[in-house]
Amino acid sequence: MRAALLIQRWYRQYAARLEMRRRCTWNIFQSIEYSGQQDHIKLYNFFGYLMDHFTSASSQRNLVSQMFRESDMFQDVEWERQFCYKDIEVPDVYGGPHLSFPLTVSIVTELVDAFKNKQKLHARYVLQLLGKTWTLLRLMPNISHVCSCKHTEITICGDLHGHLEDLLLVFYKNGFPSAETPYVFNGDFVDRGKESMEILLVLFAFLLLYPLDVHLNRGNHEDHIVNLRYGFTKEVLGKYPVHGKMILKLLQKIFSCLPLATVIDQKVLILHGGISDKTDLNLIAKLDRRRFVSALRPLTRREADGDDEDVSAGRRRVQSLTHGLTGQSRQELPRHSVHSGSGLTGRSRQELHSGSGLTGRSRQELLSGSGLTGRSRQELHSGSGLTGRSRQELHSGSGLTGRSVDEELRERRRLAGLSLSSDSQLGSAEVLESDAEEWKQIVDVLWSDPMSQNGCVPNEVRGGGCYWGPDVTQEVLDRHKLKLLIRSHECKQEGYEFCHNGRVLTIFSASNYYDVGSNRGAYIRLGPDLIPHFKQFQASRSTRELTLRQSVGRTERSALQALRMQLFTHTSALIREFQEYDPQCTGVISVKHWAEAVEKVLRLSLPWRVLRAQLVTSTRDGTLNYQHWLNQLSVIQTHTEIANTSLLETLYKHHSNLESIFRMIDTDHSGLISLEEFHQTWRLLSSHLQTVISDEAIAELADSIDFNKDGSIDINEFMEAFRLVEQCRGVGEDEPAPQ
Amino acid sequence: MADKYNAETIITETQKRISNAFDVFDHESNKTVDVREIGTIIRSLGCFPSEAELHDVIAELEEEEPTGFVRYEKFLPTVTKILLERKFRPIPEDLLLQAFEVLDQQKRGHLEPEELTKYLTQEGEPFTQEEMDEMLSAAVDPDKNVILYKDFVSMMTFDDSR
Repeated sequence: MRAALLIQRWYRQYAARLEMRRRCTWNIFQSIEYSGQQDHIKLYNFFGYLMDHFTSASSQRNLVSQMFRESDMFQDVEWERQFCYKDIEVPDVYGGPHLSFPLTVSIVTELVDAFKNKQKLHARYVLQLLGKTWTLLRLMPNISHVCSCKHTEITICGDLHGHLEDLLLVFYKNGFPSAETPYVFNGDFVDRGKESMEILLVLFAFLLLYPLDVHLNRGNHEDHIVNLRYGFTKEVLGKYPVHGKMILKLLQKIFSCLPLATVIDQKVLILHGGISDKTDLNLIAKLDRRRFVSALRPLTRREADGDDEDVSAGRRRVQSLTHGLTGQSRQELPRHSVHSGSGLTGRSRQELHSGSGLTGRSRQELLSGSGLTGRSRQELHSGSGLTGRSRQELHSGSGLTGRSVDEELRERRRLAGLSLSSDSQLGSAEVLESDAEEWKQIVDVLWSDPMSQNGCVPNEVRGGGCYWGPDVTQEVLDRHKLKLLIRSHECKQEGYEFCHNGRVLTIFSASNYYDVGSNRGAYIRLGPDLIPHFKQFQASRSTRELTLRQSVGRTERSALQALRMQLFTHTSALIREFQEYDPQCTGVISVKHWAEAVEKVLRLSLPWRVLRAQLVTSTRDGTLNYQHWLNQLSVIQTHTEIANTSLLETLYKHHSNLESIFRMIDTDHSGLISLEEFHQTWRLLSSHLQTVISDEAIAELADSIDFNKDGSIDINEFMEAFRLVEQCRGVGEDEPAPQ
Repeated sequence: MADKYNAETIITETQKRISNAFDVFDHESNKTVDVREIGTIIRSLGCFPSEAELHDVIAELEEEEPTGFVRYEKFLPTVTKILLERKFRPIPEDLLLQAFEVLDQQKRGHLEPEELTKYLTQEGEPFTQEEMDEMLSAAVDPDKNVILYKDFVSMMTFDDSR
């Protein structure tokens, strides 16, 4: 029937356009997420810079050593005394859940219910629970071996990232953990979502209840430095202002005690990130995992150490420690595509290493685009992964070409930034050599991503681990006589995804990760046949009520807002670029030029022309007034009168880094830093970034932020000052859900 | 002279659009897309092919030995031609409305979900269950549980008239 045909034809076109929008939205989120992760690398390099450049005379030294003080001198027994909960009283007015030990099923069920009702567990019980968890985890091996023979099916969950609702949804659909329903949770329990603490408490409670049937693998977010940046630290301190520090300290211990992998029936390997060509489960099984507290913390400089230059050069090359040495073929380096199955053919070296979401730009351009010049470009180059050419430069610069592989490795390890507990700092070169190897094994397991191309190369986007190809999967799995690798670490639209000819399976359990409607979560049921079965879900009632069109629209709006913020942080650069196209200074440029300029400045490979309609609402005859557009883009809501807009812009661009640094300075977790500390930090950061910000400007800024003039800055207030508010809400609020 | 300039500009602009749309689906950034995404890409560029017409286009775009991928070098000229020729023209709103009215034999002004489902999953180029469910979720008035097709059509065409 022709009528039916017509309707079908029309609807399919409509659905295709919707799909296009959804895909663009997804790409935006991923581009921004991955380019944001490069901040991590910058932060790491900044720490290295700090270490190298403070002088003993200045008070800067105190600041820095304060930041990196690692008082790990106590033995476990002494720590236990520190973490003692017994003196903490639970007041009568406390209306939350109570715990008593040993735990029972009903106590834990009540705990879950309490969290469902948004209650908070008292700090005393938290510390008690965490203490017992720590005791238990210390007894566990690095790799848990599970047999499916006695169970019907094992359930495997991926990243949860503080989404308690998703965990509860899984329990609802699949049942609580028990001897009959064993679970593996594959890392990244915390950060981003707002209920990371509750997730940990629930998982640990079940672990204590069923230690043989609940298996937790460590993820890259089970790391206190990552937590500083991605929200978990903030959450804990907000929920537990008095005991938060203690809780965080204990969690630091617990995270390093988490097992690294689980193996089912000797055939299925489950770990958080992935593998590299060097992955050796026997090695991993034997190392002391507790020594590796954080992937991101450089080793404090030993007084006895030699040459400044070596130390700093070595540290900056830490990224390259994650993989390989010279001699590796550099022809086919992957580009991390936005769908994470990266890989390409035949691109020239020049175009490579641009990180996720960028096309054809060398990393060099990327860095220069973000306002860095000359010397620092080189530094960051070396720190964050290199094109083949500049790696060469670095090597020849520090006189390392021509060394044998072993020598080179030894040299790097000697200088490498590792995060080991202080007692392992001393010791022979041999100790350090095995340290570096073990560190690499762990970082690879926690941070790597698969790519579609063969080979194994450093993962610069993440700043740690590798990209590994199908040939590596085959080699490693076969070598260990394994059938399947299950990992997490990457968000997938359907909650799960196979790759490498079905031998690698990604499972992700945080639905709506980027925003409501962005993706489903999933979990796996694995029976004795070891064939995975998937269950998908999506939390949030409001999503179910929204039509596809509405949920796409909603996610799209979030993505666009995030994009507008990105545009804002590049205002000055954009203006300069626009002016290139507008020599007569009319204030107007064509839409075509707008797209070209934006692409060039932002260096996010997105379909700008497709997005243009959403980002620029007032065009006329294919032209727009760019100044007007930029003004309209957003307004920074701030209590302070900061006239200097370029300072503001710079601050905003680096605000997440700033926040991480502030939280590190604030070692007593009071939420306050002194004006002097603020000043010092900012001075250091700006000299590292080679931006010109006068001391007066910084002092003024610091002063204007200190609202009550008591000489200290409340970190939260400072960060709050940088919330962007859309000036004109052109697109309306979400449409009401149909009844 | 002026005409020639315009023609060239139009071609370049068209090709830029095609390139952008292609890139969205080029996951590995190697200038190829999965053949199964071709329909989405072409439709998102404003074309309204039927499934049969789409199959013909795909056949043209595929390699002699089908790899499951379509390369940009082939995609660009073929699709440029399609766009410039305005093949697969859009369906005007009134025509669409007429189509619904034809299905509404009793002239009630609405359609039952079951009816519409029957037509669209059995006639013409049938919808999959998933496609049908998606359409119903957008089309069915939740209070009355019927499809008020007049409202539906105007809502959908307004929404996307960018």
